[in-house]
Amino acid sequence: MRAAVAKLRGAWPQLSALILMLVIDWLIFPSFFQLRLVDGRLTGSLVDVLVRGAPVALLALGMAGVIATRGIDLSVGAIMAIAGAVAATSIAGGSPWYVAVLLALLAGMACGIWNGTLVAIFGVQPIIATLVLMVAGRGIAQLITSGQITTFVDPQFAAIASGSTVGIPVPILIAVATAAILGILTRSTALGLMIRAIGINPGAADLVGIHRQGITFAVYVTSGITAALAGLIVAADIRGADANNAGLWLELDAILVVVLAGASLLGGRLSYGLTLLSAITLQALKTGILLAGLPPQMTLILMAVAVSLLLAIQAPATQQWLARSARRRAAA
Amino acid sequence: MSAGKTSIDDQHVTDSDGAQLLEARGITKSYPGTIALDSVNFSLRAGEVHALMGENGAGKSTLIKVLTGAEQRDAGTVELAGTPIEVHDTAAAQRLGIWAVHQEVMTLPNLTVAENLLMGALPRRFGLVDRREMSRLAQSSLQQIGLDLDVDRPLGSYSVAIRQLVAIGRAVRADARVLVLDEPTASLDMPEVERLFGIVRGLAARGTGIVFITHFLDQVYALSDRITVLRNGRSLGTARASDLPRSELVSRMIGKSLEDAVHKPAAKPSGLVARFSGLTRDRLVEPFEIALHAGEAVGAAGLLGSGRSETALLMFGAERADDGSVQIDNTTVKLKSPRDAVRHGIAFSPEDRKTDAIFSELSVRDNIIVALQSKRGWLRRITARDRKAITDRLIEQLKVKTPDADKPIGELSGGNQQKALLARWLATEPRVLILDEPTRGIDVGAHAEIVRLIEDLRDRGMALYVISSELEELLAYSDRVSVMRDRKQVKLLSGDELTIENVIAAIAAHEAAQ
Repeated sequence: MRAAVAKLRGAWPQLSALILMLVIDWLIFPSFFQLRLVDGRLTGSLVDVLVRGAPVALLALGMAGVIATRGIDLSVGAIMAIAGAVAATSIAGGSPWYVAVLLALLAGMACGIWNGTLVAIFGVQPIIATLVLMVAGRGIAQLITSGQITTFVDPQFAAIASGSTVGIPVPILIAVATAAILGILTRSTALGLMIRAIGINPGAADLVGIHRQGITFAVYVTSGITAALAGLIVAADIRGADANNAGLWLELDAILVVVLAGASLLGGRLSYGLTLLSAITLQALKTGILLAGLPPQMTLILMAVAVSLLLAIQAPATQQWLARSARRRAAA
Repeated sequence: MSAGKTSIDDQHVTDSDGAQLLEARGITKSYPGTIALDSVNFSLRAGEVHALMGENGAGKSTLIKVLTGAEQRDAGTVELAGTPIEVHDTAAAQRLGIWAVHQEVMTLPNLTVAENLLMGALPRRFGLVDRREMSRLAQSSLQQIGLDLDVDRPLGSYSVAIRQLVAIGRAVRADARVLVLDEPTASLDMPEVERLFGIVRGLAARGTGIVFITHFLDQVYALSDRITVLRNGRSLGTARASDLPRSELVSRMIGKSLEDAVHKPAAKPSGLVARFSGLTRDRLVEPFEIALHAGEAVGAAGLLGSGRSETALLMFGAERADDGSVQIDNTTVKLKSPRDAVRHGIAFSPEDRKTDAIFSELSVRDNIIVALQSKRGWLRRITARDRKAITDRLIEQLKVKTPDADKPIGELSGGNQQKALLARWLATEPRVLILDEPTRGIDVGAHAEIVRLIEDLRDRGMALYVISSELEELLAYSDRVSVMRDRKQVKLLSGDELTIENVIAAIAAHEAAQ
């Protein structure tokens, strides 16, 4: 019980950021929280935020593990494009939807294996190692689609983006399920402890006998797979694969989400729950800007301002100041 | 010469000849958790070469930092030629004529020799740098130290030795009165060392006070007039080099901190647990032999850089051996990584806690459990209840003082961190425990507790290999002592041979032979 309270207190910057964004959205758009069931699927602005936030949430979930080991994965956007291209091409070639999904996931896994090999086995710096695939990945995706935007008609595959189960849209289910699986995997085994130990002190991790190479490899493979899931949702949403634009710059959104979730780029912190929360915060911010009817050229600037504010609120210096003034108030 | 009889207070040589150039009294400096300098006195005369000696962590570099303005002292006074001074940064110290040339030479290799020499004081003409004048000035200042270089070539095109000399030339040009040379010969070969020594002697003859830091004993005696020894942040006094025999210097540096330590040999060493035969790695350490029996402690002695820590790295698989074999219970095993070693019941607590062992943001509990968890593998997670039981038991057994075992280990004192690290390895129930400097940088109370623990573990049948600079305590609990020198195992002492004199003789032998 005490641990639960402590955990909640640790999460308050992320929780308050999310609540703040939702309240702002509600002020801009009073019917923000209205939910309706349309054709057995929940709809409404809030649901929209969750659905649109799902791809970045998935990227961030994979990225969280990588960053916790003091790494970074710049290639997730390109992996989305590759996974989308593989899925679209195989459906266009007549494969059933589940084969397309399987192939796309395998492609994402292969990309993760490539990154993991460079980082964990050859010891290349993560930012350089994953930059390779970030640049080359779109080329690979274009080769797969022969340079065209491949479109297809397959209602079952499209359901990955637009379908729902017991009223809940499938993208939300995929993101939540992925977070749950990763959370359970790292908590019910010793992986969470080992990932954090590697991020905090890689040399000491080796000296206590942690299999650093294997675990580092695994977080990059996981990131490749979650990126492929995100790619599948986007491909299913537009019913096609756009090698040039699918997932473009989303690796930066993913890194931003992980940092908003309280992780340090120096590694050692890992929370899939907070990562999911922060992905929703970022999407609520983007949606809010759209709902406010601001000109699109303002979007990026406002995002930058808002994100800087959120990060400043969460910064250790601010937190210490707040703690100090709270103590002072308590003393007075 | 009997090291045991030398008292510590009789070395405050206070000759009055020679003007006191720099006089530091009662210098105290503490960092969170440790006292780096404890009211240290240090005086430097004009025209002398004064060696500052001490093992790692003795306080040499802190003292230099305080004197050159890189760190601020907590207490004490510093006088330069009789005038009290306060220096708040290195630039202020340099204006007063106090210069330091550090091990990693701080010059700019992409700039020319002349630019490096005259940095901050470039000659100007019509507001522009006067390059001809710059070259002339640079040439003349290099000639002062007997160096003839093309001053318009980039400094990076010269050897490390020359760069070192140019750094000294910079201080000379600025009329340094006090020149600190911090390990200046570490990367030089013999002729270059001779050249450097010639220059240093010339500077001293002109009245510059030189502070010389090195770990090469023969160089200390070749160059210095006086020697000051620091240990654990305290000064053990200053002596004329001619009055301080090598073996005495070594024994002062290494120290005998537990005056009442009595040799308590193991009850009865039993079966052979591990044998490390002929392990070697190029450039780290030459082939060495260590056999460890249950219920026995083997000590490893030697100066810094003697290869003593490297033996531990090879025995734990942290460095791969080029050659040699490891036998555990008479079965040959391969140690390709620490993981292999842990699986075979070997544990290793490294010398540098902070960089090689502590996960500072993880809790005390996590820091303790992590080795056992790694031994079990990631799939077999230790349950929360077992984790609590194991860590509570060890925290109590080792008297780790922490208000809350769930708080980050980084907030604990050095001694308690060290105890938690021992707890980490005891949790794995190792058969062989390798400890590198287990008592360095921790307070006296924790120190005694760790020594007791070592004896206790030994008596309960564990095989220990302990590396330590604290010679007396090492001799107190070791059944045999392996002496390392110049990356070679030079002696394996046992039984009646286990005396401080013998260990020091073995450590100092090489230098004496030269």
